[in-house]
Amino acid sequence: MSEKKRVDEPTGTETVGHEWDGIEELDTPMPRWWVWTFYATIIWAIGYVILYPAIPLVNSATEGVFGWSSRGDYAMQVAAREKELEPIRQALVSTDIRKLNGSPELLQQAIEGGRSAFKVHCVQCHGSGAAGSAGYPNLNDDDWLWGGDLEAIEYTLIHGIRNPDHDNTRFSQMPAFGRDGILQPGQIADLVSFVRTLSGKEKSSAAAGRGAGLFAENCAVCHGPDGKGSRDLGAPNLTDAISLYGLDRASLTNTITNSRYGVMPRWGQRLDPATIRMLAAYVHSLGGGETLPALEDVSEDTLDQVGDGARNIGTGNEQS
Amino acid sequence: MGLETSVPVMNNPENFPDPEVRLYEKRKAVHPQRIDGKFRRLKWVIMALTLAVYYITPWIRWDRGPYAPNQAVLVDLANRRFYMFGIEIWPHEFYYVAGLLVMAGIGLFLLTSAVGRAWCGYACPQTVWTDVFQHVDRFVDGDRNARMRLDKAPWTAHKTVRRLFKWSIYLFIAFWTGGAWIMYFADAPTLVVDFWTGQAAPVAYASVAILTATTFIFGGFMREQVCIYMCPWPRIQTAMMDENSLTVTYKDWRGEPRGSLKKAEAHPGSFGDCVDCNQCVAVCPTGIDIREGPQIGCITCALCIDACDRVMAQVGRPRGLIDYATLEDSELEMAGKPHSPIRKTLFRPRTILYTSIWCAIGLAMLFALGNRTRIDISANHDRNPVYVQLADGHVRNSYTVNLRNMENRPREMIIGMTALEGGVIWSNEGSREGAGQRLTTTVSADSVARLRVYVAAPGTGPEREDFALTVTAADDPEARDIDEVFFERPETD
Repeated sequence: MSEKKRVDEPTGTETVGHEWDGIEELDTPMPRWWVWTFYATIIWAIGYVILYPAIPLVNSATEGVFGWSSRGDYAMQVAAREKELEPIRQALVSTDIRKLNGSPELLQQAIEGGRSAFKVHCVQCHGSGAAGSAGYPNLNDDDWLWGGDLEAIEYTLIHGIRNPDHDNTRFSQMPAFGRDGILQPGQIADLVSFVRTLSGKEKSSAAAGRGAGLFAENCAVCHGPDGKGSRDLGAPNLTDAISLYGLDRASLTNTITNSRYGVMPRWGQRLDPATIRMLAAYVHSLGGGETLPALEDVSEDTLDQVGDGARNIGTGNEQS
Repeated sequence: MGLETSVPVMNNPENFPDPEVRLYEKRKAVHPQRIDGKFRRLKWVIMALTLAVYYITPWIRWDRGPYAPNQAVLVDLANRRFYMFGIEIWPHEFYYVAGLLVMAGIGLFLLTSAVGRAWCGYACPQTVWTDVFQHVDRFVDGDRNARMRLDKAPWTAHKTVRRLFKWSIYLFIAFWTGGAWIMYFADAPTLVVDFWTGQAAPVAYASVAILTATTFIFGGFMREQVCIYMCPWPRIQTAMMDENSLTVTYKDWRGEPRGSLKKAEAHPGSFGDCVDCNQCVAVCPTGIDIREGPQIGCITCALCIDACDRVMAQVGRPRGLIDYATLEDSELEMAGKPHSPIRKTLFRPRTILYTSIWCAIGLAMLFALGNRTRIDISANHDRNPVYVQLADGHVRNSYTVNLRNMENRPREMIIGMTALEGGVIWSNEGSREGAGQRLTTTVSADSVARLRVYVAAPGTGPEREDFALTVTAADDPEARDIDEVFFERPETD
């Protein structure tokens, strides 16, 4: 190995001074453009270290002159979006919910907002498709315990269901007829038979006949003499095809014996009014939403003022 | 076939003056000389035509009524529509554009197999703009010799001013090239105002900047290098050409051995027609010597034909020492036979095949365009929940329905359903009360309406039932579309 550097004649370039079996390496200088690019990156890096968070310290890193952080960046984006949405929220809160149907564009925005909020606050019980499960109502269907128009849904959302510390909450409680000894197991069996005839799950029988009397005495107060329920009390309609806990004998026996009811938080103390209104609009839009009784009061003028909606969908159904 | 005999060994490396092979050689600037002749005039006409098409097209108006833009040719990327006179293309119909591109490709094949690299020589934007820039050179710095002198001259103040002046003209042309491009992508009159008042979209300024830069560089400086080193088309064309394709040919059997007039006079009979005046090289915009035979650098602009014809006229020899000729004709001519008739050259299986493919695609597209429906339904069954049990024992399924109205007027549409026993249909605009087997809705002009459609049917029946949702234009029962969907019920115990 020769350590003597020599100049390679054909290229005029100095060698690095090593030689391996007659093979030498040229010490070709870096191209000028490369060197300048390298210097430029150094200058860039110095600027970057000064301006942006760069040097890790024990608990955090240097903040940089710009004070930039990815969290701060995110917060700014969220704030910007909130600001964009503010007019919609304002408009939502200031619009009478009974007249929301009259402004299709605002309604649509409310529905989309509600779709997002639902995924955060409601899916835990009602499911991501709002289809519920045993004990948690399906919000897509046309059966409502406490009412299915926009106003009723919003009331339910604000005040919740069976909140013990709240006066305006929706409240009712079915007695535990079996557990509290009001009815004997045999009586309960008769009652189950009768209730099942109401929705056509069972044919009339002697047991059902005995159950009819028990129903009139114990149940009709809330569920109505014909079993159609009462929305004022959240008493379910027993004659339809939908039930919260199931209409098979075992489920019904359990319900009558032990009494079953659900609880929903009052979102009025957790969410702002605009979000609640959005949620109401979304739940109402799922297919089972009922027309407000007051909607007829909305004058044509109001509807005209609202103008055409975001989407040009014209008339509704046509009878064939 | 016959290539070896028809083209003498002019492009053999031994014939080149400098046998030293280098891996890299600095570009030698090309300073083509001014020339006039029939091909130069043809180039002027085609240049005027192509530039006119490029600059004027976006300004042609086309009345499409109040619901669509009135620009004849508009690539509306923002709204995802492509307008071309009476035709409007939606993104899902992009295959029409693909078809046009295929036609353009096959058209180039046809052109190449018939008349060689005519595209390169006359119509290619690189050729047209290079031509423009070379005329700028001539206007500012004078003709070939003056430009070569100036090129070699040291950088004096005078030369600097000249160069800056010339480059600013380059930049001006380049800017107008880029500026015209963006007019295809937005309403041109509005965009011009927006552009100069700083209100146009950033992408408009970026496009102009990029196209200005590419035009400035490609047209002003790279020129023939784009054709020789960057463009794949010359290579493809080489493969497309055959012995019946027209190409610019130096008739060496007639011209060689070359010698000056003086020499020829001194030794009559020992020299060919070529007087070695080098005019063919002087006028060449890519700086090649056509006498070395066909080569990749030759874009067949035929300016050397003009130059040679003029010289031949001056020295009293027949024209066409350099001329358009097919390889086959060259062979015939060499053998002293007449050229094959032009119809035999033009109408041969290859060109006929290209023409029929080209026509077939064109006709198929026209047919498809004439028969396309401008109404469309696409329905998606809700997955969550799959079905909803209703209070009266019926089952409801929900569908997200997109109705497409591709005409430039609002249209009333009827959504119907096929064969679902006891089924009724309604949408988010209506309710189940009074729902029937169809519903009507109005879709605004040239847009897609999204509807939530509900279908309810009795709860007894198969777990999954196939049926279809249909859409029909209220004003035209022929305009209809159908989408197959299904109806789900709860599992029976």
